[in-house]
Amino acid sequence: MAIWLTKDSRVIVQGVTGSEGSRHTRRMLRAGTNIVGGTNPRKAGQQVDFDGVKVPVFAGVAEAMRETGADASVIFVPPAFARSAMTEAIDAQIPLAVVITEGIPVHDTTAAWAYNVARGSRTRIVGPNCPGVASPGQSNAGIIPADITGPGRIGLVSKSGTLTYQMMYELRDIGFSTCVGIGGDPVIGTTHIDALAAFQNDPDTDAIVMIGEIGGDAEERAAEFVKANVTKPVVGYIAGFTAPPGKTMGHAGAIISGSSGTAEAKKVALEAAGVKVGKTPSETARLMREVVTAR
Amino acid sequence: MDLYEYQGRELFARHGLPVLDGGVADTPEEARAIAERLGGRVVVKAQVKVGGRGKAGGVKLADGVDEAQQRAQDILGMDIKGHTVHKVMVTTTADIEEEYYFSYLLDRANRTFLCIASTAGGMEIEQVAHETPEKVVREPIEATVGVDEAKARDIVTRAQFPADVADQVTAIAVKLWKTFVDEDATLVEVNPLAKVVGGKVLLLDAKVTFDDNATFRHSDHEAWADRSAVDPLEQRAKERDLNYVKLDGEVGIIGNGAGLVMSTLDVVAYAGEEVGGVRPANFLDIGGGASAEVMANGLEIVLSDPSVKSVFVNVFGGITSCDAVANGILQAFALLGERGEAVDKPLVVRLDGNNADEGRRILDGANNPLVERVDTMDGAARRAAELARA
Repeated sequence: MAIWLTKDSRVIVQGVTGSEGSRHTRRMLRAGTNIVGGTNPRKAGQQVDFDGVKVPVFAGVAEAMRETGADASVIFVPPAFARSAMTEAIDAQIPLAVVITEGIPVHDTTAAWAYNVARGSRTRIVGPNCPGVASPGQSNAGIIPADITGPGRIGLVSKSGTLTYQMMYELRDIGFSTCVGIGGDPVIGTTHIDALAAFQNDPDTDAIVMIGEIGGDAEERAAEFVKANVTKPVVGYIAGFTAPPGKTMGHAGAIISGSSGTAEAKKVALEAAGVKVGKTPSETARLMREVVTAR
Repeated sequence: MDLYEYQGRELFARHGLPVLDGGVADTPEEARAIAERLGGRVVVKAQVKVGGRGKAGGVKLADGVDEAQQRAQDILGMDIKGHTVHKVMVTTTADIEEEYYFSYLLDRANRTFLCIASTAGGMEIEQVAHETPEKVVREPIEATVGVDEAKARDIVTRAQFPADVADQVTAIAVKLWKTFVDEDATLVEVNPLAKVVGGKVLLLDAKVTFDDNATFRHSDHEAWADRSAVDPLEQRAKERDLNYVKLDGEVGIIGNGAGLVMSTLDVVAYAGEEVGGVRPANFLDIGGGASAEVMANGLEIVLSDPSVKSVFVNVFGGITSCDAVANGILQAFALLGERGEAVDKPLVVRLDGNNADEGRRILDGANNPLVERVDTMDGAARRAAELARA
């Protein structure tokens, strides 16, 4: 069944006419995603032709949902417009909004999050600064390459894009139910815990890979959650063991400040919760392989 | 971006917050001129982004202009915990009666903002929270609601600020919140916020962090950037839009995607331990595109680091296809040759993912003795470490 995104998902793209938006809409369509429309208030009423597939452009998310029955949106607008794009998705109460945009000011993301909570959290926000959600063989919302792996029974949740791809590649012979890139920003809409909870409840997921990195304490909190709530096997990987404190490693959220946010602390917390933690991506894949073949 | 204290003081002043009069000086003569303008007794403070300045002798009182100049002379050039002092701040003095603490910051875990207030200021707030938690008020601030006068007064009351300063602290709390939001800060911390003789409340210190993602709507923030403290290679990388962090090892690292590059650093460090003590020389994420030009710029930066002995190029072709990356590497060699900076250090390349077979074929076909191809990330890291050791 996969989590959050299935073959039945009806997907729209906010920013469909922009360069990133149109490039990835074409790729998502090729991956079999049911793209039912896009938004751009200045080009409402037009159609965009993607290799013969005509995607209608609507003025806004609410209109697109009304006209097409869309239940998921992928956001590709530039950072300066991301807050209003998120607000629009929240106002329309679309169930899933995947925010790919990188470089959104954290005040904007925090404001959008507060806005969503104040309106009853009807919208699941994934990201920002994330590669998206992919349920191999079913649907692909974002920029995760569709041809790395086929469908299977592993669930994956990760802060990092390329590490997600690497792990999908290492375990491509087993396959994945859903891969969720939650993004590397300090404030994100969907956490490791949200994905772990969803995978625990997904009958088509047997085991979970969780990829984290330095910064914050999300992995530690995820470890507590696993201990209390997850009965499926979880294998973990943390990037940044050798990162020096005080230096931001690419992601805005990936920084060790003081004594908090170290990879070692995260590893210790995960292992205490019964999660096997690999030293490298390959070792992590090997641990997952052992888990799957033992079942 | 973290601001220096003098920058934070200027920022606060700009937002109408009460701070001590003063200025910043690069030389003892400039310090003298500021002391002259201020008149009387002044404080000379080393400007470094590290705590413990007072203990290190970086904060001195001075009576009159001659002494101010002398103190500045003593402090400028001083080393405080590995930070060289390039600037001193000179301000008027304050006769402190009481010290408080006040801050706004991003609370990542709860996806909201947080106000921390305490009447026990002047020391580490972590210590206060640990020893006397009842003296620390932590109040979540919703981004969409903010801090108005009523909210500020509520915080001030609960933190038990004395009645004679409550109105002033309330007004400061509202203005400081506006500063926090208007400047896209992730931290504004005042420690101490002080009541001085005469009853006035002043912000006597300033710790401010700006969100780098918000620079596009703050053209003035660029001027706050600290050129002197940035590593020259990091500066060059920044000019070329490369995400580069200088480290102190021997294996140059180039990869695509922040997480994968971080992971590469770890794998190289492990391999380095095994071969006898080599470490990663840098973090460099060339991002999704990885065109020949980006690869050339990246290689140029990494190779111009004299401590680099070998380079590990670790690419997982997601959207980018590996044949483009392979061609990028070869073109980078040509480009660097044209720039008169011919590559003379060994490269270990690992390509996986999108069109990896073609990418490998291209690299093998080029037959460049400086390029070695290894198929796994762990194996390639080991080889790069060995080459750096050799």
